[in-house]
Amino acid sequence: MTATGGLLRQVPRLTMGLLAVPVLAGTAGTLLPAFGVAGLVPGGPGLTAFHALWDWPGLAGAVWLSLVTGVASTVLALAISLGLVASLIGRRGFAGVQRLLSPLLSVPHAAAALGLAFLIAPSGWIARALSPWATGWTQPPDLLILNDPGGLALTFGLVAKETPFLLLMILAALPQTDAARRLTVAASLGYGRLAGFALTVLPALYAQVRLPVYAVLAYAMTSVEMALILGPSLPPSLSVQVTRWAMEPSLTGRGTAAAGALVQLALVAGVLGVWRAAETVVVRALRRAAASGRRGAGLDRIGQPVALACGLVPALALCAGLAGLAVWSVAGLWPFPDALPAGITWQTWTRAAPGLAQAAGTTLGLAVVSTAVALALVLAWLEAEHRFGPDSQTGAMWLLYLPLIVPQVAFLPGLQMLALSSGAAVGWGAVAAAHLIFVLPYVFLSLAAPYRAWDGRIAVLGAALGAGQGRVFWQLRLPMMLAPVLTAVAVGVAVSVGQYLPTLLIGGGRVETLTTEAVALSSGGNRRVIGAYALMQMALPACGFGLALALPRLIFANRRGVGAG
Amino acid sequence: MTGLELEALSVQNGAAPPLVSLTARIAPAEVLTIMGASGSGKSVLLAALTGTLPPGFHAGGRIVLNGVDVTRLPTRSRRIGLLFQDDVLFPHLSVGGNLGFGLPARVPDRAARIDAALTEAGLPGFADRDPATLSGGQRARVALLRTLLADPQALLLDEPFSRLDADLRVQIRGLVLDRARARGLPVILVTHDPEDARAAGGRVLSPMGQPIDV
Repeated sequence: MTATGGLLRQVPRLTMGLLAVPVLAGTAGTLLPAFGVAGLVPGGPGLTAFHALWDWPGLAGAVWLSLVTGVASTVLALAISLGLVASLIGRRGFAGVQRLLSPLLSVPHAAAALGLAFLIAPSGWIARALSPWATGWTQPPDLLILNDPGGLALTFGLVAKETPFLLLMILAALPQTDAARRLTVAASLGYGRLAGFALTVLPALYAQVRLPVYAVLAYAMTSVEMALILGPSLPPSLSVQVTRWAMEPSLTGRGTAAAGALVQLALVAGVLGVWRAAETVVVRALRRAAASGRRGAGLDRIGQPVALACGLVPALALCAGLAGLAVWSVAGLWPFPDALPAGITWQTWTRAAPGLAQAAGTTLGLAVVSTAVALALVLAWLEAEHRFGPDSQTGAMWLLYLPLIVPQVAFLPGLQMLALSSGAAVGWGAVAAAHLIFVLPYVFLSLAAPYRAWDGRIAVLGAALGAGQGRVFWQLRLPMMLAPVLTAVAVGVAVSVGQYLPTLLIGGGRVETLTTEAVALSSGGNRRVIGAYALMQMALPACGFGLALALPRLIFANRRGVGAG
Repeated sequence: MTGLELEALSVQNGAAPPLVSLTARIAPAEVLTIMGASGSGKSVLLAALTGTLPPGFHAGGRIVLNGVDVTRLPTRSRRIGLLFQDDVLFPHLSVGGNLGFGLPARVPDRAARIDAALTEAGLPGFADRDPATLSGGQRARVALLRTLLADPQALLLDEPFSRLDADLRVQIRGLVLDRARARGLPVILVTHDPEDARAAGGRVLSPMGQPIDV
């Protein structure tokens, strides 16, 4: 008992180390070769790698693209999700939005991007639906709607994918802000919905969702798979170019990749700093507005419809895009500008079946292993917290978010080089370990709140009835936690399935999952095969969430008192 | 020495003045009522007796049950049965599963024992029922059975009737106190309600040990 208690007590710290060490070591592993220190780059210590980077003509454009798409999509996603919450709190549509969130969230970034690409491309569904009667096009027009140099398509994709995530985080934080009563007070004083929300709820709410917002900002600035599919190619965004260099077989390429990754890291750090400063400015403005006593009731008439429309358009586009993937995967002949294919055929699926099955097997294996390890660690962490009292919670939260805020391109190339130089076999196991770094924070975030909210009297009662802590955990707490545990598993599986860069870099391009295959195919333009792969990529997490919903209902069908879902 | 003895039991939060200070002996089948408004030391006293004081609090003095000093024992080893103001039935287990959780593992013929206990309590054939389908009174009785099947040496009642409506409350209170007396258990009843204290019929003290007249 003492021995296990001793080990259990150490789990939170061990787990935090498990998250922090790869991120920090990977960043260092990126830093050193950038300056030619690690001996991997010819020419010894110096700035050779940076010279190579400066000599790349696309650098300024790539940096600008990263900056604009990242910041614009984060501001938009945050504004839309706050506007939606403010408009819908306490109204009937709210529950509907909440139910829509999980399925939207479970769609991997790559599948979402591919679906949107099929929708908005010059030969995509929208153009087909409008042609030739409205546009006069009988051929796909030569327009850069997709992969546009300004990154508009990429920004739209990021907004569509990040808004559900921010909404979920906001909804999770909302109960702690006493929002309903504050809004009632504000309304009784004559404030409009949006103004009342911004002045009375937002300050407390934002403090709770700050870290998720930073994670979204960092992701949006550095996403590789979405930028590959939706972003421009000449020049591509910085993270895409860094990935290209990192995948080059030559050591020079790796040095340039390291230097580029460092610039990307500095860029994200700089933007986060500016964002933090902007928060202070906004808070001051809100305080002034509150003191001014202006009720802002007129805002609602324009603000609420705009928020609803801006929330609806990306969600609908995402759904239409995903439907497009499905239609393409079974499409027979489908010439432009027909809105629907001339016939349905399973030929694509039968032909792709062997490759699909193999990639799906690898994907599922990685997801199961990384999620199982993450779940065991998170449960042990939370149980240790319950038994021995929590360590510093804010510190732990920052560590949890570390792998989500430090850009993947900044530490994965370093980690890849460390793995290579240590002679460790870069393969399936290393990729699963890399997935764990990203799966674990999400499993923790999903499980922590319900685990902590569990009625502690049940543990006391179990103990008063003579049960030890082990028995209380296995026979009372875990069964009662079945629904949230399965949801956390589904989240973990979805995160692992969606991983592109860790799979590509740590696997050295040799571990092929549905995600890496779908992204690799995306440049080829065979829409039928892309549709099949993207659909499979989407189906795995969807099945996970479906099971997480269905199993507790089946197992506890006869137990109304167990909250299902 | 039988019964439950509190020897100069005190609870403090850090260096603040004590919230609880009690010396009392509760003989078998006797009820001691601790009465106070919420925020008096009631919940802290409960936590000290069950061994679940939150970090920062510390208990002084001794708790002796039938001659055994249980002050430093973990909750599971104290053999002090507990009834909360809600029944806190485990929602994922059937009624029989809840009772089986309380029944010590060494007891043979478990299903028969559980059925007999249910029948005796006026709930025959309830073993397979979902606790969520029971009425308030039925749930309270199952909670009492679960506590008693664990064979406690003393009983601790945390306002155990306050969520029931008036008629039911009288009925369940009578049932719990009768069962405790029949088994010769020393009982500590913690409540804010003078009606509970009168019905219990024993001494009434504040958490600081002053006698209260009800």
